[in-house]
Amino acid sequence: MQKRYVRITDTTLRDGSHAVAHQFTEEQVRAVVRGLDRAGVPVIEVSHGDGLGGSSQNYGFSRVPEERLLRAAKEEMTQAKLAVLILPGIGTVEDLKMARDCGAEIVRVATHCTEADISEEHITWAKKNGMEVVTFLMMSHMIDPKYLLEEARKMESYGADCIYVVDSAGAQLPDDVRARVSTLVEGLSCQVGFHAHNNLGLAIGNTLAAIEEGASQVDGSTCGLGAGAGNAQTEVLAAVLAKAGYETGIDLWKLQDAAEEAVRPILPRPIIIDKDSLTVGYAGVYSSFLLHARQAAEKFGVDARDILMEMGRRKSVGGQEDLILIVAQELAAERSAK
Amino acid sequence: MSVPEKVRVGIIGSGNIGTDLMYKIQRSEVLELAMMVGIDPESEGLKRAARLGYETSADSYQYILNHPNPPAIVFDATSAKAHLAHYKALQEKGIRAIDLTPAAVGPYVCPAVNLGEHWDAMNINMITCGGQATIPMVKAVSRVVPVEYGEIVATIASLSAGPGTRANIDEFTQTTARGIELVGGAKRGKAIIILNPASPPIMMRNTVFCHTAGDYDPAELRRSIDDMVKTVQEYVPGYRLRAEPIFDQRRVSIFIEVEGRGDFLPKYAGNLDIMTSAAVQAAEVTARRLLEAGTRG
Repeated sequence: MQKRYVRITDTTLRDGSHAVAHQFTEEQVRAVVRGLDRAGVPVIEVSHGDGLGGSSQNYGFSRVPEERLLRAAKEEMTQAKLAVLILPGIGTVEDLKMARDCGAEIVRVATHCTEADISEEHITWAKKNGMEVVTFLMMSHMIDPKYLLEEARKMESYGADCIYVVDSAGAQLPDDVRARVSTLVEGLSCQVGFHAHNNLGLAIGNTLAAIEEGASQVDGSTCGLGAGAGNAQTEVLAAVLAKAGYETGIDLWKLQDAAEEAVRPILPRPIIIDKDSLTVGYAGVYSSFLLHARQAAEKFGVDARDILMEMGRRKSVGGQEDLILIVAQELAAERSAK
Repeated sequence: MSVPEKVRVGIIGSGNIGTDLMYKIQRSEVLELAMMVGIDPESEGLKRAARLGYETSADSYQYILNHPNPPAIVFDATSAKAHLAHYKALQEKGIRAIDLTPAAVGPYVCPAVNLGEHWDAMNINMITCGGQATIPMVKAVSRVVPVEYGEIVATIASLSAGPGTRANIDEFTQTTARGIELVGGAKRGKAIIILNPASPPIMMRNTVFCHTAGDYDPAELRRSIDDMVKTVQEYVPGYRLRAEPIFDQRRVSIFIEVEGRGDFLPKYAGNLDIMTSAAVQAAEVTARRLLEAGTRG
């Protein structure tokens, strides 16, 4: 019997951008892409953590302009496809044009899980211009599977080739993932994908659960280099999927070598589940809030966990990093009032 | 006769914005709503206008162009496409247009900042809701110290973003960024918009980040911000600082909240309210000058 193929997209050079505060250099990008490409990783995503055009005061300025990193990545590729991320409201079709000119073949268009209809102009443009379109329904733990399917259907109607259930907060338990992925697989004719964060230590298990429910595309980051406690670790995921009998086209040893030689030297600190990243998952907030909450905690003399829990109580969504500054100020004021 | 003189105005577009404008114009001492026109005779806006005794028509701007006594100023609350199609005809008729669409035919106007320069233009554009909320703050900084870079993050309730905004979200970010440069005075502008679906709906919130070109006196900057908040409050009473501004050497962060007046739109929709309030403010300033000059509508 032929093994079922699962497409792995490595997002070290996009989600990992959060973990290095968007400071990737061109040399680092080249080395990582070379390693991943030679290991047979089929799709490699390169962008600012918050997508094209994300370089900002709110999210952090890129050390190197995206255009340069994209061109460098493309030059190093022999078989992998270059993917970019865009969040409507942050990046624009202009940014997408730039990325396509740099050789990006796949765009991943991401919206908050209830706001699918802001993605239409970007999906339409990408399809018209020959790009493969993958879409992200972010923070998908915040709504139930039925609601998620309604939003996914909008993206499918705009032309999405694959729709991801995105656990941006790393807050879902395996049953949450199963319910969402199976509902989308049943209700859509396009492919379904899953993107994990490891804040509750479930990234690999959740990804496996998603595949069992019919997801045909999944994300990983090498050495787990991603926002919060990172993503499903690509080299672990590839090994687990091989053991479970899925085909990924990836050479396990070459990927492990790439992780050790190209990615590990970049890690600013070990990507682990510590008290703050655990709280991100527990509170159910956007994983990229982690470093911003830590920074604000230090500046205002409060506990990052209190900030993250309050961000959860206020039902914040992805991209609201600026609210962290307000919450931290208010917590500091409350404390001094006591 | 002690009847106060007013300038006749019209509204094109009977959706949320057009209807909210109607209630605001009702309160005005210098504007008299002559007519509201749209394209859907069954629209809530046209029905409400008719109930309040205003002249209405579903023939849109054609009705205004063919009217024996057309208004002196019209508010266009339709779409960029519609505005581009009819702005010239209005102009040829001598009717001033206050454009609330993203068409941007005329100069960008933020009443607290540059209305004085453009009140007499035949066509002015109200930029975007995020622009109306944040450009005054960029200006509050740039009038104290040059601003190299101005960035704004507008967070609005999902319910307050209509289908037009959603289908053309790039228009918001690009137009707002240009407004930050052209009107706010930043050398380079960037805008980000976030939709938040929380229930109950969140109040419109805006963060303004400025990178200054040099040092400044924090007390002077703080006074400039407070003064600008007061200026905006003259036409948007629910405009206020949401938290203490942060002055981190050459990086300035200002946090604004906008509560709507709750005329036709709910109070959380400060983003829509600030657009209609700014447009009415622009019309009132123009009307006062026209009245002073003796050219009534």
